[in-house]
Amino acid sequence: MVKQSGRITTGAHYGLIDWLAQRVTAVFMVVYIVLFVVVVVSTVPQDYAAWVAIFDFQWMRIASFLFFMALFWHAWVGVRNVLMDYVKPVAVRLGMQVLVIVSLLIYLIWTAEILWSLM
Amino acid sequence: MAAKYLNKRPKHLNLFKINQPLPAIVSIMHRISGVILFFPGIPLILLGLQMLLDTPESFEALQTFFLNPLVKFGLTCFIWLCLHHLCAGIRHLALDLHCGVELAKARASSNWVLIVSVSLTLITAGVLIW
Repeated sequence: MVKQSGRITTGAHYGLIDWLAQRVTAVFMVVYIVLFVVVVVSTVPQDYAAWVAIFDFQWMRIASFLFFMALFWHAWVGVRNVLMDYVKPVAVRLGMQVLVIVSLLIYLIWTAEILWSLM
Repeated sequence: MAAKYLNKRPKHLNLFKINQPLPAIVSIMHRISGVILFFPGIPLILLGLQMLLDTPESFEALQTFFLNPLVKFGLTCFIWLCLHHLCAGIRHLALDLHCGVELAKARASSNWVLIVSVSLTLITAGVLIW
């Protein structure tokens, strides 16, 4: 008989969080895209002022920012999986992962700047 | 004896010589589209959003940019990558819920991913871009 041990022997379990995050962020992005398409189809913005008017609503800015946060998190999990599968030397892989994290953080700041510089 | 012999056979799969089943093709395209959407996809989306909202001049520059047929073609390909990634992702969620895991259904749904993503791309591109 196998003795039950109190110790968890199957890793740090962040794999499950990544797996779940990948799916939750995906569903969130689909919801935002549907909302965005509905807004654009119902207003049919033709010029600059009309596009700015759409993003003038605070809720639209927040929803868009959350969309990009979901996108960047989703991208991180996906790109990390790809790097783990194909880039075998640890130093190269870690370097690339750091590069991905840094670029995603810069994108996040860029997103905030785009959305809130209108005010 | 036979088992011992089989174990010593070299394991070498030439991915370019074996015939990939349809789900494998859809799966690798999901991966490739994901990587392209990460780069150059994300910075291009942000650049586009910035030009759209920054100033009336940048908005006009963006509009002029999209008049170029080559750019239109690029945008069409980009939309296809998005839609393929989306459809293959929805198929993945269904597989997570143990829907359509049988071989015949998995093959059929892969086929549907290809058909639906290409059709939606043609419709979207036809209405919005061309």
